[in-house]
Amino acid sequence: MKRRDFVQLTGLGAGALMMPMAMMGKIIPAEALLDPGMDVALKKKMADVALNTAKSLGASYADARIGRYLNQYVFTRENKVQNVVNTESFGIGIRVIANGTWGFASTNTVTEEGIKKATQQAIAIAKANATIQKEPVKLAPVQAHGEVSWKTPIKKNFKDVPVSEKVDLLLSANAAAMDNGADYASSALFMVNEQKYFASTDGSYIDQDIHRIWPTFDITAIDKNAGKFKTRDALSAPMGMGYEYLDGLDSEKLKGPDGLILYRNSYDMVEDAKFAAQQARQKLSAKSVDPGKYDLVLEPNHLGLTIHESVGHPLELDRVLGYEANYAGTSFATLDKWKSGDFKYGSDIVNLVADKTQPNSLGAVGYDDEGVKTKKWDLVRNGVLTNYQAIRDQVHMIDQNESHGCCYAQSWNDVQFQRMPNVSLEPGKEKYSIEEMIKDVEKGIYIAGRGSYSIDQQRYNFQFGGTVFYEIKDGKIVGMLEDVAYQSNTQEFWNSCVKICDESDYRMFGSFFDGKGQPSQISAVSHGSSTTRFNNVNVINTGRNI
Amino acid sequence: MAIYTKEEARKIMEKALSFSSADACEINMSGSESGNIRYARNTVSTSGHRSNQTLVVQSSFGKKSGTATIDEFDDASLEKVVKRAEELAKLSPENPEFMEPLGPQTYDESITYVDKTANISPEYRASVAKKSIEPANAKDVTAAGFFNDRHGFSAMLNSKGLFAYNQATNMDFTVTMRTNDGTGSGWVTRDFNDVSKFDASEASKVAIDKAVMSKQAKAIEPGKYTVILEPAASIDLLSNMAYSFDARRADEGRSFMSKDGGTKLGEKIVDERVNIYSDPLHHDVPSATWNGEGQPIKKMKWIENGVVKNLAYSRYWAKEKGVEPVPFPSNFIMEGGSASLEDLIKNTKKGILVTRLWYIRSVDPQTLLYTGLTRDGTFYIENGKLKHPVKNFRFNESPIIMLNNLETLGQQVRIDGNLVPYMKVRDFTFTSLSDAV
Repeated sequence: MKRRDFVQLTGLGAGALMMPMAMMGKIIPAEALLDPGMDVALKKKMADVALNTAKSLGASYADARIGRYLNQYVFTRENKVQNVVNTESFGIGIRVIANGTWGFASTNTVTEEGIKKATQQAIAIAKANATIQKEPVKLAPVQAHGEVSWKTPIKKNFKDVPVSEKVDLLLSANAAAMDNGADYASSALFMVNEQKYFASTDGSYIDQDIHRIWPTFDITAIDKNAGKFKTRDALSAPMGMGYEYLDGLDSEKLKGPDGLILYRNSYDMVEDAKFAAQQARQKLSAKSVDPGKYDLVLEPNHLGLTIHESVGHPLELDRVLGYEANYAGTSFATLDKWKSGDFKYGSDIVNLVADKTQPNSLGAVGYDDEGVKTKKWDLVRNGVLTNYQAIRDQVHMIDQNESHGCCYAQSWNDVQFQRMPNVSLEPGKEKYSIEEMIKDVEKGIYIAGRGSYSIDQQRYNFQFGGTVFYEIKDGKIVGMLEDVAYQSNTQEFWNSCVKICDESDYRMFGSFFDGKGQPSQISAVSHGSSTTRFNNVNVINTGRNI
Repeated sequence: MAIYTKEEARKIMEKALSFSSADACEINMSGSESGNIRYARNTVSTSGHRSNQTLVVQSSFGKKSGTATIDEFDDASLEKVVKRAEELAKLSPENPEFMEPLGPQTYDESITYVDKTANISPEYRASVAKKSIEPANAKDVTAAGFFNDRHGFSAMLNSKGLFAYNQATNMDFTVTMRTNDGTGSGWVTRDFNDVSKFDASEASKVAIDKAVMSKQAKAIEPGKYTVILEPAASIDLLSNMAYSFDARRADEGRSFMSKDGGTKLGEKIVDERVNIYSDPLHHDVPSATWNGEGQPIKKMKWIENGVVKNLAYSRYWAKEKGVEPVPFPSNFIMEGGSASLEDLIKNTKKGILVTRLWYIRSVDPQTLLYTGLTRDGTFYIENGKLKHPVKNFRFNESPIIMLNNLETLGQQVRIDGNLVPYMKVRDFTFTSLSDAV
């Protein structure tokens, strides 16, 4: 996975920047991020070179993706700026079907000659692999869209905000943490702009401009006498938004238990850092959990990761079919369970939807990376498994003739394949607040924020930690807990779901660097939910004495 | 071809350096050619070839530095990238942790390049897939595998006269074999600098045998068990332990290596039979003899007879602490014993053989507690024999506890560029059962 690469970007020297260019691109000055890039008419002309070359060499299908990927990352710790990185990556990826087999090649030489050469290479690979191909590719039909475009509806472009303003924000967050009891504070800001042009022999020319942002930090408090340390990570979520996410609007704040502030579509980083330092210190003396069965009240920025691992991944059709068997694994949600029409994935109130159109989400685009218009569809309705996530070359295997529009490649030089759309839990239909939910719990734990996460290769058994934990006794929060992790089985867990707060509590969690495939590719995806209660879940104590 | 010889690389970097007007300038250059084939459902799914080359310039004025990269190496591009780095440096805030580039160093000649690996063809890759798929078909098993080979170079030159160059080749192979009834799964991994040491048929057979043997696993109660960990099962826990050997985090009080305002350097933390060192010139696991900052990488002891011998010090932290810098290793080698896997099984009354651990995540950085699951071949051992396959477990365990509970060290195996022995360990903590196959 690439997640660790990014985490370790903090404080890199030049030598350490020698990492795969698919991820990084070349480094450019901040003002160069504002360059408009290649004109759309020229992109069409270049894409047509690939499509025409492919057809003349016998391809039954071809698509071309011209991509310009602009990233800016800022890293700080305490009162120091560790690194400001601006990168640009530009090139074209060409995918063909020849002799019933996929072939793919890419180049950063975006000239007629360079594109022809890459197309020839893609055709040659397809023909070579056709000799051991047993399942000729079968594509679901797709509508020809003509020349269309789509943009993330941002209010503030991160590229228009001076680097100094971003640095000031991070340093202010660090200072707020240090002033409130932190021993160490590191913060980072990840900003991504994908400028993607897609063209295919099916008659689509699609120009898209996609933005994502992720402010985050980790705050450490140390008890030197006890030789202990605790951290509290940011309660932000990566979003498919512009820099306006960092406005910290009061109207987008929600009150959690014990003074916890939670954020919806606007994040107050300095405020969160202040509370993070106080809570990290509080964690040092928090009660170690008594293991046993508890009713869990899970906050959306925590539950999102559980949804991601226990619903998002097992319902990827390529996993179910075995294409990911050697890496991520397969799935317990096999075709026979889906075909039965009555497989109870969860309790009756559990409705899980896939959605590539959800505003502010990381997965929102107008069209996917094979030119399919994006949409929303059911995965689990009234607790019953109803569908998977599938793209053009696999959807026929579940007797459907329309792709779900969730094909993605991390860069122009990686081949596109099925990636998880936003997968979210619908809010409860009746009015029901966090306070009311806590009041109804006799013996429970409220968990907010992401923590440790692990799940088996068929997505049955999982274990999750969190950022902060609060003990609930007889309807009241009685204090902070530590050393908490819960273990369950996917189907058992979702069938123990008894209550979901209403839509006024609905928020999104996000994963910025979700890994899949060999060679591994990253993708960004959101998961929305309201605070949700699960009864009688097994909680273990993770404290050890060494 | 994105591979440049020592002379070509030096010439390009000298040209770039000639455009520098900064107080200090450091240039890193690298390139690679890599190819892969991926297969699943007993047929090829994707394959590709990738070529990358890049040059990174870091220019500094006082404690202000800027970095720029480029992938074209003509004179105009080189001048442009150096000027960009200088412009960025002038705009950057001062970095109080800035370190001047190193002067000329002496490096050992590395042994990481093997001609045969550099010349792997698409036909060879297809033959690897075939050697997995054909025997899988014959045994009613489905293969999903990935083979990747890489030939790369890296080079460095700075304004203080430091020059370094290295070429390396390597290949990685993994295959998962699943029985067609869905109840058995086996897996194998191999990696080498020299592809002539790789036998795709032998490796595939190991995975097929494990798949067939692991059919119809029985559930046994989770709890503390004596386990025999294959190197693929312990490697990630050991690597995670190695990350905690950073002196700065230890000194700052936020690492397993922290202790009472100091560190555990010089303290016995694991069984006295545990010896871990790194050595870029080890013939089984060679690695580069210098790192991206131009520091020479030498043989280094990390744990000797269970005692922490060294922590890694960055150049900045070493200066703060008044000690010599100790770069992070580029491989690690854990000494083993003479017992084969068969010997270890034969001498086990009751225990569990673990092929690999999967989805390993940190639970508590204070104690290095990790969770994850067994996968692709977990077997119950009774009276010196593999009795039957068992359902997979979730574990919650720390590599520190694991290495304190050591029973026997077996023979070493290369894994992910490191050398790790088979290990028999008592009281390994399994906390729940998984239905996953």
